[in-house]
Amino acid sequence: MDTSTLFAFLALLMAGAFMLGRGRSLAQASNAGGVRALNSLPSYYGMLTLLWCGIPSLAVLGAWIIFDDLIIHQLLIQSLPEEIRNLESTELSLRINTIENMAASGMGANAEPYIQNAIATLERLQKTSGYALTGVALLVAVMTGLWGWTRIQPQLKARNQVENAFKIILLGCSCLAILTTVGIVLSVLFESIRFFSMIPITDFVFGSEWSPQMAIRADQVGGSGAFGAIPLFVGTMLISLIAMIVAVPAGLMAAIYLSEYASSRVRSWVKPALEILAGIPTVVYGFFAALTVAPMIRDTGGVLGLSVSSESALAAGLVMGIMIIPFVSSLSDDVINAVPQSLRDGSLGLGSTQSETIRQVVIPAALPGIVGGILLAVSRAIGETMIVVMAASLAANLTANPLEPVTTVTVQIVTLLVGDQEFDSPKTLAAFALGLMLFIVTLGLNFLALHVVKKYREQYD
Amino acid sequence: MNSTEKMNTIDLVNKNLAKRYRAEKRFKAYGIASIGFGLLCLVFLFTDIIGKGYTAFVQSYIQLEVNLDADTLDISDPSDPNQIAGANYMGVVKKALRERFPDVSGRRDKRKLYRLVSNGSGFDLRKMLEADPSILNTKQTIWLIADDDIDTYIKSASKDGKVFTGRVDEQAQGWVKSLIDNDEVETRFNTVFFTNGDSREPEQAGIRGAIMGSLFTMFVTLILSFPIGVAAAVYLEEYAPKNKWTDLIEVNINNLAAVPSIIFGLLGVAIFIGMFGMQRSLPLVGGMVLTLMTLPTIIISSRAAIKAVPPSIREAALGIGASKMQMILHHVLPLAMPGMLTGAIIGLAQALGETAPLLMIGMVAFIVDIPGGVADPATVLPVQIFLWSDSPERAFVERTSAAIMVLLGFLIIMNALAVWLRKRLERRW
Repeated sequence: MDTSTLFAFLALLMAGAFMLGRGRSLAQASNAGGVRALNSLPSYYGMLTLLWCGIPSLAVLGAWIIFDDLIIHQLLIQSLPEEIRNLESTELSLRINTIENMAASGMGANAEPYIQNAIATLERLQKTSGYALTGVALLVAVMTGLWGWTRIQPQLKARNQVENAFKIILLGCSCLAILTTVGIVLSVLFESIRFFSMIPITDFVFGSEWSPQMAIRADQVGGSGAFGAIPLFVGTMLISLIAMIVAVPAGLMAAIYLSEYASSRVRSWVKPALEILAGIPTVVYGFFAALTVAPMIRDTGGVLGLSVSSESALAAGLVMGIMIIPFVSSLSDDVINAVPQSLRDGSLGLGSTQSETIRQVVIPAALPGIVGGILLAVSRAIGETMIVVMAASLAANLTANPLEPVTTVTVQIVTLLVGDQEFDSPKTLAAFALGLMLFIVTLGLNFLALHVVKKYREQYD
Repeated sequence: MNSTEKMNTIDLVNKNLAKRYRAEKRFKAYGIASIGFGLLCLVFLFTDIIGKGYTAFVQSYIQLEVNLDADTLDISDPSDPNQIAGANYMGVVKKALRERFPDVSGRRDKRKLYRLVSNGSGFDLRKMLEADPSILNTKQTIWLIADDDIDTYIKSASKDGKVFTGRVDEQAQGWVKSLIDNDEVETRFNTVFFTNGDSREPEQAGIRGAIMGSLFTMFVTLILSFPIGVAAAVYLEEYAPKNKWTDLIEVNINNLAAVPSIIFGLLGVAIFIGMFGMQRSLPLVGGMVLTLMTLPTIIISSRAAIKAVPPSIREAALGIGASKMQMILHHVLPLAMPGMLTGAIIGLAQALGETAPLLMIGMVAFIVDIPGGVADPATVLPVQIFLWSDSPERAFVERTSAAIMVLLGFLIIMNALAVWLRKRLERRW
């Protein structure tokens, strides 16, 4: 039985458990003098039986699905001939991979005999595991459901128990956020530690050469693999800087105009229109940058006598800036609106013009919030992937010239990880080390930004 | 020095007034210019995409007299489905082309001639023959899909002005012109684009596979993220005690909302694929990664919706004896539902346009088959756009733009739905 049918069966069983539990409580109620004799409403008894039936079996099912691959893997290794088992771990995992792929694709009819045997073992194990899972999950469901059913008595505080279970399930769901963070930290941290055990961390953070191609043969020339991340950091900062130069003035001025000058009718049209820019998928911006903006900049540069690369940092940064305009403008809009009207009235009453009020009273008052918004926008720009993957270069140039091609951290993560790769080459692991850097930097920026914004809010609340 | 001292304040003000008014006007103009810049970019982006892509919705077809004789097709027994499936369809197409242009000779010229029609034309003939075996050994007038270069040429020729020739040389242009003059070329609505999966041949490539992949991925995302997000929001708004743990959860949610999407891709690779040994390229895995990514959005908007339900409703429910769970399920959730749905739709729209994390988990593979479920390898619409934009063929540029138009269409529909829901169903107290 495949997993989806099993789920359907379990759902049916749970529905049945609900009906049975409810029925039993009603039957007992009629003996004891009507529904009023029950501690809780009949449906609560049904619900309790359903939970007893469903939760243990779903837990078993989940654990099984997570661990059965690992166990089958181990059993498969045990079943291999001695000389294969004694191979090096990388070689062994390669063979296991071949066997699993062959078994999955149904090929392997003319493979070596031990592989054929292993495929047969694997298929047998998978089949057994499937049967056992079905049997165990259904058995657990029926057993625990029955147990819950026999517990039903008029005195049973079904409602309290169901409510407690409900609360615990809700708590579990909200803890998923923590689990996700832990998952992110663990996944990037562990792989990064493995990476730093191969490449010293100082070489990574302070090295100025990036060429992650590893030598396939030991005597190969020029394939040493250099993992100095400085060019990536510089490239990321250059593109983010260009984006900020576009987005901050435009976004801020748009926010100021919309909140201080525009009539409510203009505002109700222009604000959503600007926000469309934020809703466009980044892959669309990437296409726009690579096929329209980059050639345009290159041709303009040609007319002016400049040699502009067709993967220049300028094109990627410019388009990224356009993407971030609504982000800056809506965040600044919020904080500008939060500045108390009394400050404006005071300034206007002293005879200053509206622009003087804005420049000398409103902006200084809103500054912490605006800075927080800009920090969030910077973290957005640093983590942006698709625009740079499509419009920036792959070559790691250490330059501050916006007309030359540069690469960024996110571009390298994508290039290193896309495609089938083993998890233990420094090349793949480098992606996780870059991911760790990215995570730390963006997390730091977000933290700082939220802190600044929160501080600011308290000031006027 | 002496004269300024004698000046009144009002004179001082008046002296600078013109300058200050000019500054005021300038400042206002900066604001208008910024907004104009933003809107201009928006308009430019849309016109650029539409201008590049609208031609992809039509496709050129070439009319040929194809003689479906059994000998050329290599069919000896018409009742054998294997023979029908494996017949030499391209052979009859080539023969028809040679008959249409009898004066073409030489190997190289002939090969160029064969490239007038798509090399997937054989499949179309096979489908025709399978549907109606009686046309065997007859002469049929058939419209065949033109090759992508020819298609690009025909389309640019129909727009007056400069003609794009691309990889079509003088000789082939002559053939196309003679076909056009004899009304043997037609442009029709490009159904292939909406019914086929991916292909290396632009004229055979479609977005059906990517749309189905997106659909399955969104399905997984929706059924995981909406219940979990709502449950988390209910816990945080209705149950959570004010303590360190709750603070930690809140800080986590706020931070996750701002973590770059590519980090979620790394998480997917390391945990779902590396640790749990799931396959690459599955909508199931993609949906799970996108669930983790959209959860913060859904939780934050659901919390806002729950907060908007007035406390008096809770107190009334509790006052007449409802338990907390009854109060939540019977009163708070139904009232907050429009707001929560709005948040979910906006979160899903975000997930629909997301590319980077899906690249990491291998949804970037070249997949021709149209996926039939969440456990079939698939790609999604934004990733398809990314893949096509990398292809060198010029005809893929218009198809990429057309795919972007389809994607933007979906996003506009979803956002419009969210706005409509908010306007129509949300109650204000």
